[in-house]
Amino acid sequence: MSILGLSILSLARFQFAMTTVFHFFFVPFSIGLGFVVAIMETNYVIQKKDIYKKMTQFWGKIFLLSFAVGVVTGIIQEFQFGMNWSQYSRFMGDIFGAPLAIEALAAFFLESTFIGLWMFTWDRFKPVWHCLFIWLTSIGSMLSAVWILAANSFMQDPVGYALKTVNGNTKAVMVSFADVVKNPELWLELPHVLFGAFLTAAFVIAGSSAWRILKGKNIEFWRKSIKISLIVGLVAAIGVTAVGDKQTQYIIKNQPMKFAATEGLYKTTGDHASWAIVEGMDNKDHKVTWSIEIPYVLSMLSYHKPSGAVTGANPLNKQLHKQYDKKFGKNMNYFVPMHTLFYSFRIMAVSAGVFALLAILGLYWNRKKSDQIVRYRWFLYILGLSLWLPFIANTAGWFVTELGRYPWVVYGLLTIADAVSPHVTVGSLLFSNIIYFLLFAGMGAVMIVLSHRVLVAGPDADLQSGYGVNDEDKQDTDESVDPYAKGAFNHE
Amino acid sequence: MSSLQFVWFLLIGLLFAIFFFLEGFDFGVGMSVNTLANNESERNALVRSIGPHWDGNEVYLITAGGAMFASFGAWYASLFSGFYVMFLLVLVALIMRGVSFEFRNEMRTDFWRRFWEWSLTISSLAAPFLLGMIFTDMVKGMPIDAQGDVIGHFTDYVNWFSIVGGVAVALLCYLHGLNFVRLKTEGTLRERASAWGKVLYPVLFAGEVVFAILVYVYTDFFAKKPISTLLILAAIVLLSVLAYVATLKDWEVTSFISGGLTLPAVVMLLFVGLFPRVMVANNAANSILIKNASSSAYTLNLMTWIALCILPFVLAYQIWSYWVFYKRIKAN
Repeated sequence: MSILGLSILSLARFQFAMTTVFHFFFVPFSIGLGFVVAIMETNYVIQKKDIYKKMTQFWGKIFLLSFAVGVVTGIIQEFQFGMNWSQYSRFMGDIFGAPLAIEALAAFFLESTFIGLWMFTWDRFKPVWHCLFIWLTSIGSMLSAVWILAANSFMQDPVGYALKTVNGNTKAVMVSFADVVKNPELWLELPHVLFGAFLTAAFVIAGSSAWRILKGKNIEFWRKSIKISLIVGLVAAIGVTAVGDKQTQYIIKNQPMKFAATEGLYKTTGDHASWAIVEGMDNKDHKVTWSIEIPYVLSMLSYHKPSGAVTGANPLNKQLHKQYDKKFGKNMNYFVPMHTLFYSFRIMAVSAGVFALLAILGLYWNRKKSDQIVRYRWFLYILGLSLWLPFIANTAGWFVTELGRYPWVVYGLLTIADAVSPHVTVGSLLFSNIIYFLLFAGMGAVMIVLSHRVLVAGPDADLQSGYGVNDEDKQDTDESVDPYAKGAFNHE
Repeated sequence: MSSLQFVWFLLIGLLFAIFFFLEGFDFGVGMSVNTLANNESERNALVRSIGPHWDGNEVYLITAGGAMFASFGAWYASLFSGFYVMFLLVLVALIMRGVSFEFRNEMRTDFWRRFWEWSLTISSLAAPFLLGMIFTDMVKGMPIDAQGDVIGHFTDYVNWFSIVGGVAVALLCYLHGLNFVRLKTEGTLRERASAWGKVLYPVLFAGEVVFAILVYVYTDFFAKKPISTLLILAAIVLLSVLAYVATLKDWEVTSFISGGLTLPAVVMLLFVGLFPRVMVANNAANSILIKNASSSAYTLNLMTWIALCILPFVLAYQIWSYWVFYKRIKAN
């Protein structure tokens, strides 16, 4: 059954991509921003300078907005597995459900409770305790990354499981929780995602600050913000590259098809593999039509030495057919979307380089004794534009990870086609896709408008938050001891 | 059925019970924002009363969903795919509600501020109403095939029983919210909450009678477990009568607790009726049972230990957070 040629499968896949990409605009931003804001508040606690408090509250305000959107789009993610992917849920409940439940227990409760305390208690706790609340919120959000990535890592590289057949239905059951948690894939994905999150927050802060410096007000505040964020950004850019290198070594062995696609290889390379900067592909005949290459570099990237062949997609396809035809039939297509992976990988890798370069230049020109950063307006424009780049890079990263697993939802165990809910109708899937799209467009627009508004208002604007504090309340708080009467940021 | 499976069935019920008790009042307060408050500062006071708590309360729903996924994957799969459109609407409600707290606060014009206040009110009403419908449909019985997939038509989802169930849950949440408002505010807001309580409790009693009759008509609760069904129904009525009396006498803590406990009591009624099934099929042979819907003993055992280790901490810091914000809020 289909409407406009759309099937349940394609609609469910589109929905997963759309909801995940949108959710993952806000998740790394919140994880990173929570961390940077916690660093700012720690600075305030140690140095007791008012500017750090202002910074904490200013960027904290944007953090709260992003957190709210992250939370609500996260609920979709959990429900979606049951709604659109019921066969997946039946197959994987035993293994996938556990980290998801632990995520809620160990992470969501922690962050939701302490973010509430943090928002509303600026003037009720000593700075040290108040600072602890933002750290607990930040730790909570990072813990949630641990558990959801544990679940994702199993899908990439199943470990610690057994297959069990009951009444003709096969499902995966957990045999070793320790193996699921020790999955090497997880301990590569996790630092990669966390560094990516720090990069996201760092460049949004640095980029927004750059725009504000161009306007010429509160220079000291914006420069201090740039300093803290670019230090985080530089460390994260180096970190993400180092982890990315380790991941390369890992997927060459564990998901060679994914690797062949990121490098646009149909044929196996010679012993000295060259690296294609750009290339054209013919995805029907499975061949590369043209390319611009740098000799030796692919061998260097893959094996850290100038020689070593890399297997191409065509021989891998044959090999996968040999390996899986018995179980999944001869009609499987093992080619992943080569074009998308090839360019996604390049976007991600180039971004990391751009981030590192911008961070080094920015930090150098932003030295205490120098005012170069204020004078080099061209650099501020570039830094300003770079605030959008992390979102593109994060998305590209997930395209590589998730599309590169095609045709499986759980690598080698369950195909995407077998995972979808069999009796959900095309109509209801189309309906939900439209609803989500409209909601996301609306929320995205509101987020951009509100964040921009906060930035324009600047650090000297009334930095109150905590809902429902209006002018009347403020007058009231001056003589009242009522803790509610003061909003979280209404401290002066 | 192993004892572990039974424990997890209980635990899922417990998580939903806690969810309805906690989020119940913040749903109710959300509804009150446009039905109880007369001006901006009263609306502010209402929103502030649940400001630090609503998100933590909602995590119980996410935890219940996650726990269901982990312990009864087959139940989770059938329930969420089977009630597709209704869960979609629940999601829309929870999304609109979740962002309206923050967005409302940032709006500069009255129009947009009111927009997000209405979004909060309507979504706070829609969410418990829809969840009430889903749960009543689930115990009423749905057309389920041998694979465990629900293949229902419109009237399987929307019928007198589910509408009354939805209204009942929404009304219970609203009353719970009013009781919370009485506990947390002072002045005219509090007086109005108590006046509405006095009017609405009699309506609730009528609703409870109708609901009990529909339980008899639509479900097999009375046929299979007459005594426990009657006892729990009686408990629901007693709790709400006590809440009503407490409202009349202005015993605010009593009305909050007894009124609030009606929600877990409803959850208990549904879960006791459900047992030993997790999804009731019209064709009894296709009902999904606890014993074959659950995860492996290994996973259940693991999750039990993890829950035992983490839950005490969660409860401790949540209770502490309520204690931090125990004071009344004043609208000026």
